[in-house]
Amino acid sequence: MSENLIKMIFGRLTLESLPLHEPIVVITFAVVAVMGMAVLGAITYFRLWGYLWREWFTTVDHKRIGIMYMILGIIMLLRGFADAIMMRLQQAMAFNGSEGYLNAHHYDQIFTAHGVIMIFFVAMPLVTGLMNYVVPLQIGARDVAFPFLNNFSFWMTVGGAILVMMSLFVGEFARTGWLAYPPLSGADASPGVGVDYYIWALQVAGVGTTLSGINLICTIVKMRAPGMAMMKMPIFTWTSLCTNVLIVATFPVLTATLVLLSLDRYVGTNFFTNDLGGNPMMYVNLIWIWGHPEVYILILPAFGIFSEVASTFSGKRLFGYTSMVYATVVITILSYLVWLHHFFTMGSGASVNSFFGITTMIISIPTGAKIFNWLFTMYKGRIRFELPMMWTMAFMLTFTVGGMTGVLLAVPPADFVLHNSLFLVAHFHNVIIGGVLYGLFAGITFWWPKAFGFKLDPFWGKVSFWLWVVGFFFAFMPLYVLGLMGVTRRLRVFDDPSLQIWFWLAGFGAFLIFCGIGAMLVQFAVSIMRREQLRDTTGDPWDGRTLEWATSSPPPAYNFAFTPVVYDNDAWWDMKRRGHERPMEGFKPIHMPKNTGVGVIIAGLSVAMSVGLIWYIWWLAAVCFVAILVVAISHTFNYDRDFRIEADEVTRTEGARTKLLAAGE
Amino acid sequence: MLTRLKYLLLLPLALMLSGCNLVVLRPSGDVASQQANLIVISTVLMLIIIVPVMFLTVFFAWRYRAGNKEAKYEPDWDHSTHLELVIWSAPLLIIICLGALTWMWTHLLDPYRPLSRIAEGQPIEDAGDPLEVQVTALDWKWLFIYPEYGIASVNELAAPVNRPIRFRITSSSVMNSFYIPALAGQIYAMPGMETTLHGVINKPGEYTGFSANYSGDGFSGMHFAFHGLETGDFDTWVAETRAETGALDRISYQELAKPSENVPVQKFGTVENNLFRFIRDRCVEPGKMCMDEMMAIDRNGGLGLAGVNLLQQPMVGDAAVRTALFGLKSNVVTGICTIEEQEAVADIGIAIGKPVNPDPLVGAGLARRSFLPFRTPLLDAQLQFSRPSGS
Repeated sequence: MSENLIKMIFGRLTLESLPLHEPIVVITFAVVAVMGMAVLGAITYFRLWGYLWREWFTTVDHKRIGIMYMILGIIMLLRGFADAIMMRLQQAMAFNGSEGYLNAHHYDQIFTAHGVIMIFFVAMPLVTGLMNYVVPLQIGARDVAFPFLNNFSFWMTVGGAILVMMSLFVGEFARTGWLAYPPLSGADASPGVGVDYYIWALQVAGVGTTLSGINLICTIVKMRAPGMAMMKMPIFTWTSLCTNVLIVATFPVLTATLVLLSLDRYVGTNFFTNDLGGNPMMYVNLIWIWGHPEVYILILPAFGIFSEVASTFSGKRLFGYTSMVYATVVITILSYLVWLHHFFTMGSGASVNSFFGITTMIISIPTGAKIFNWLFTMYKGRIRFELPMMWTMAFMLTFTVGGMTGVLLAVPPADFVLHNSLFLVAHFHNVIIGGVLYGLFAGITFWWPKAFGFKLDPFWGKVSFWLWVVGFFFAFMPLYVLGLMGVTRRLRVFDDPSLQIWFWLAGFGAFLIFCGIGAMLVQFAVSIMRREQLRDTTGDPWDGRTLEWATSSPPPAYNFAFTPVVYDNDAWWDMKRRGHERPMEGFKPIHMPKNTGVGVIIAGLSVAMSVGLIWYIWWLAAVCFVAILVVAISHTFNYDRDFRIEADEVTRTEGARTKLLAAGE
Repeated sequence: MLTRLKYLLLLPLALMLSGCNLVVLRPSGDVASQQANLIVISTVLMLIIIVPVMFLTVFFAWRYRAGNKEAKYEPDWDHSTHLELVIWSAPLLIIICLGALTWMWTHLLDPYRPLSRIAEGQPIEDAGDPLEVQVTALDWKWLFIYPEYGIASVNELAAPVNRPIRFRITSSSVMNSFYIPALAGQIYAMPGMETTLHGVINKPGEYTGFSANYSGDGFSGMHFAFHGLETGDFDTWVAETRAETGALDRISYQELAKPSENVPVQKFGTVENNLFRFIRDRCVEPGKMCMDEMMAIDRNGGLGLAGVNLLQQPMVGDAAVRTALFGLKSNVVTGICTIEEQEAVADIGIAIGKPVNPDPLVGAGLARRSFLPFRTPLLDAQLQFSRPSGS
């Protein structure tokens, strides 16, 4: 009886679920716990809880939410990179009969977690964070279209990240690879909680991503400053629009696919099982119909960042704005027509394979056009090699290599020998690091002074830059070679001793990247300490071209005292040239949304519900589900949602800026 | 700076590359050789555009640096129709070439397509039927059945040089990918489905094969030796295997299929008829309905409600008992054919065609009448391709 009661209360969660017998995990947990306690203790000691809750956790200000997304992305980058280093170490060690230091149970979780974290909880939050911060400023809006939804989306993303982190210490994560192909992820082959953690982490975060996509589309379509026609939008806003269209169109596919997989696992349906009419290949098709557009979701905003950076630091209008926009739109559409290239080797016919191979190659045409456009933006410019421009140069040289190997993999007969090899691993790291990550770093250095009012320290930035770029080549060029030597991915031990040297090289590269990440954190710390020397009072430290540089750094809560009027696609450049005068008087009260804690509460309940579902604690899941409905419905009756910033407060804020500007001159 | 760095990197790279075995680029089988050639050709084609782009990037960056006041500065220059034309058409032209190559070679090197040559300049003359090998990916080892000789081996594969091989591939539980880099490209091994791969090994030697798709705990140990043998040596290998006492039938297969890691080579002197088909149709366990039978019933409208009566719980101790929470526990469908009837159906088999046009030249076998054939050219009419469903 009591055994049944315990089972009812705790589901399948037992003391054995805690990996107390695994020294590596216990040590990690101890370190994380100590650090976590230190942070929590410091917050308590400095009495910051109230401030954090009121000003940050419950905020609906797109700028603060953007910054919180970036913090989430950087924290998760540390976790994802720790996984990468562990894999590199294992593969460098496991030769000549050595088993390395990780058993299959751990190693398989690590490479799965690495992929899931890097895509869903590093790249996505960083991209979403930048879009959140920059897009409303670039289009001259006060905030996003649905400020509360924005806060809610962020906390759902955090919820997903919490579930992934929790799986490290309670139970296990999936051991299936980052896309969890059935039948391996089905209940027969993976009966544990790992795949359930995977499913619910992605489902919870997916809600956030989808809603934030809807939010940004509405913002861009409906809230542009007067005069900003679609073809006058800054290019980063264009790429953000396309990315969010992709998000809204593809994330529901992911959600539905994972629902089907959950049904297979929880209620015994047979969508993707081997028997009773199930078809695992259906899952592979569905997941890649989401998965391929996903990589464009990540790269398009990076392309936008490079466009802004290239034209700003070349002191020149972007070359071929129109063709840049069309190239982006073409990529958006084509990204839906290529998913099958991820499984040419699953026995599709030659005609099907060629179709998908050729559509994939066609994507390289608009991408190539973009590269040329950046090239000719530099042509006849005055290029200042500040950090964002350095990242852009590194991108242009690195990404072309990755693009080339990508087109090579799109040739089906070549894919038959390179599919799933380390060549493939090298390729997608080449485009994701060389494209997405370099773009994000360029974006972070570019917009940091806008967000905080001071530039990042250039010395540590350059140290980090060189470590990253050189480290990247050391870490991934050997993988190209290994791929050509016929080495496949996700192997834990090796027989052929001639491979080891290449894994050492790759490990060395990973170490350089590790130092690069370290240097980047040092850069942030040094810059914060030296903020007075690095201070920018103008709000326009790079001689910028788009509207975000028209307001102060950091911008006031309302972004613009008066909504600017746009006459040119480089709106701020145009205003500066025409001798734009800042309005000094006649300010009106500004209507603003009020902070609310409902987003945090619903996201928290969603995490708790997921925990219930993962561990079969049915009462918890049911209670939380009902609670989510109650909180969500009662929030719709909350009419106290807005307030006004009074005219004299605006006058004061703007007056302070006038003084600052005058002092700077 | 970056490029200079790369040149420095190239030197040790060249030294190290000379010492390692780039099996993908220098394979020993004709199919893989053609795939390697295609990799080289495509790369060269793309370098035509990549190299100038990289050069221009560095050159423009240097020429138009802020410090160089000599260089022209035109802050408002942002459009040139001529340049735009070049920008879009240069990649387009490359992709048209590459796309044409892709279309042609994807058809010629389709793993389902019987070979038309053994090596360059050696068309298939009546070289006899290809050697058929039935490949099953098990957790975590490979089973190879040679129906022609009635023998089987685990984690060891042998084939005579210069004789085409036809692999029929399936899996027992999860997805794997069957890959011997020296021989030919890979193709997935998937449960309940059959895939096909054609290849030929041209040089005798010992090569490595493995699973190229992660399949669980024992994945790293899931490799095997592939022996390319001279005809006489192959006959000896077959004779030796035949002499083994082990027999592979439904019962011993179920024992073999249980998960195990780093499995040593095993050989079976005799193999039950049609075992591969029962593995593929997931009815090795006696009494379970074969998938082909189930699909045939469904095609004729199904059994209606009576079908429910065929559901039964799997036998105790069966590895396939699922742990679903609520709703139905995992069931199996009871077969309505007797084993003898199943055998009789399986014996009918599939007619395997021969290449229509044995000419070894590029493009042979491709119908040139229309550029967009809706069916695989010519071959379809005479060949039965079995492809996995859902593709």
